Amino acid sequence: MLYAILCYHDEDLVGSWSKEQDAAVMAKLSVVQEKLTQQGRLGPVARLLPTTAATTLRKDDPPLVIDGPFAETKEQLLGFYVIDAKNLDDALEVAKELGQANPGGSYEIRPVGYFTPGSAPKGPNP
Amino acid sequence: MTDTAWIDAALTSARPQALGALLRYFRNLDTAEEAFQNACLRALKSWPQNGPPRDPAAWLIMVGRNVAIDDIRRGKKQTPLPEDEAISDLDDAEAAIAERLDGSHYRDDILRLLFICCHPELPATQQIALALRIVSGLSVKQIARAFLVTEAAMEQRITRAKARVADAGVPFETPGAVERSERLAAVAAMIYLIFNEGYSASGDTAEIRSTLCEEAIRLARLLLRLFQSEPEIMGLTALLLLQHARSAARFGADGALVLLDDQDRSLWNQKMIAEGLALIDKAMRHRRSGPYQIQAAIAALHARAEKPDDTDWVQIDLLYGALEIMQPSPVVTLNRAVAVSKVRGAQAALEMIEPLGARLSNYFHFFGVKGAFLMQLDRNEQARIAFDRAIALANTSAEAAHIRMHLDRLMRDSAPRARAK
Repeated sequence: MLYAILCYHDEDLVGSWSKEQDAAVMAKLSVVQEKLTQQGRLGPVARLLPTTAATTLRKDDPPLVIDGPFAETKEQLLGFYVIDAKNLDDALEVAKELGQANPGGSYEIRPVGYFTPGSAPKGPNP
Repeated sequence: MTDTAWIDAALTSARPQALGALLRYFRNLDTAEEAFQNACLRALKSWPQNGPPRDPAAWLIMVGRNVAIDDIRRGKKQTPLPEDEAISDLDDAEAAIAERLDGSHYRDDILRLLFICCHPELPATQQIALALRIVSGLSVKQIARAFLVTEAAMEQRITRAKARVADAGVPFETPGAVERSERLAAVAAMIYLIFNEGYSASGDTAEIRSTLCEEAIRLARLLLRLFQSEPEIMGLTALLLLQHARSAARFGADGALVLLDDQDRSLWNQKMIAEGLALIDKAMRHRRSGPYQIQAAIAALHARAEKPDDTDWVQIDLLYGALEIMQPSPVVTLNRAVAVSKVRGAQAALEMIEPLGARLSNYFHFFGVKGAFLMQLDRNEQARIAFDRAIALANTSAEAAHIRMHLDRLMRDSAPRARAK
C-alpha cells in the first residue's frame, strides 16, 4: 500500500539552520532515501519552498486567490514523501527512520487512495 | 537535540518574537535583551535534558519575564519597575502563551522590534548594526568582521545607536493602518540596506559578508510572513533572492568581479531563483507596482535568460524607464543606459549618461560603464581615461581588478574593432 508522509515543522526554525546544518540533514535523509530506492519503495519526494511563496485558491464562485498558505499554523507543511509500505506499522518504521535523520516537527502518515507518478520534469536540486 | 548548534538555531528563530514580546512588556530595550539572554541561558541548561519545548518562543517569553521580574523584585536592578497591572499576571503561566496566540500582538511586536532599529535619527550604518545585533542576534564579533572594523568600534557603534533609540523614545501603541505601512516601508528599506552591505563585498570578504545577505533574506521572509499580501514586500524578498542566487558566480578565482554577461550561469542557485520568480509572480497579480517589484522584475529577466544573448533587454529598458519615473535617480538612469546600449547601441547609451557626469563625478560605476561604452565605440583613449578614473574611485579590490582587466584588454587590442551589439 502507498503512504504519503507529510512533513510538518516550524519553518522559521528550519530557516534558521546554517547551510552546514541543512546540508547535514539532507545528507542523512538521502541515506534513508537511497535505501528505500534500492528496495523499490520510494515514490516522489518534494521539499517545498517557504510558505511565503505559497498562494491559496479558495474554490468559491468566483474562485478567490489568497496570498500565503491555506492555514496559519505553528508548524507548516514543508514537504512530503510517497512510499510503499506493507501496513501502517511498516510505514511508521520508515517515518521513524526519516525522523532520526531529521529530528523535530511531526510527520503525518496518510494512506494514498489514488496515485499517478505523473510526468513532470525533475525540479531544482535540494 | 543535544547538539548546541541545533539549540542555537531554535533560539535564533524564536528571537524576534520573544524579544519583541519582552520589549512590549518591559518597554526598555536593555531590560528586554537581558531577560531574553537569561532565558536563553536557562534554555541551554534545560533543553538538552528535557528536550526543546513545543513552542520555544512562548517558553522564552515566559521564562525571560519571570526571571527579570524576580531580579527586579530582589532590587538588583536600577531599572524602573513596570507598572503594577503589567506584573499582576506574574504567576499566570498561561498568560504568555495566550499572548503568543494573539496574532496582532505577534505581528506588531516583531514589526516594532525591527522598526526601532531603523529610527530616522540613526545613520544607515547604525541601523544595520543595531538590527543585526538585536533582531538577528549576531554577536558583536560577527558584525565587526562583516564590517571590517574592530570589535571595540562595533561595540561602540551599537551602544551609541541604542542610546539614541532610548532618547528618541520607542512607540508602544498598536499602530494604525497608516503608521503601520510607514513602519513597514522603513523596515523594508533597512533590510535592503543590510543586503546591500553584504552584496557589495569584495572577493576576499565575500564569504563573511554573505552572512549579511542571508540574514537580510531571512528578515524579508519574516516580514512577508507577517504581511502576506504586501506586493512590495514580495518584491523586496524576490529581489534579494534573485540577486543572492548569483553570488557563487559573481567573483572569479582571483577575486575579481565577474559581470553578468561573463558569469557561469550554471553556478546560479536555481532554488533561490525559483522562489524569487514565484514571489514576483505573486506580486504582479496585485497590480500595485513599486520600486522593489520593478527591480525584482529586472532581476527576474536576467535570471530567466539561460545565456546572456537570451536577455530581454527591451523589457529591461522599459522597466528601468518605469523605475526612473517612480524613483528618479542618476544611478537608475545609469543602469538603464546599460540596457539601452544593448538595444540601441553604445552611442545612444553614451548620450544618455553624459548629463549625469556632474552628479556622478565620484561614482565608480559611472566611469566603469562610461569606459565600457567608449571602448565599444573604439574611442580607446577616452575609454582609458574613464577607466583610470574608475580605478581611483574603486571601493573594493575586486572592483579595481575588474577595471584593470578592461585596461589590459585596451592595451592589447590597440587595433580598432567593432563590438557593438
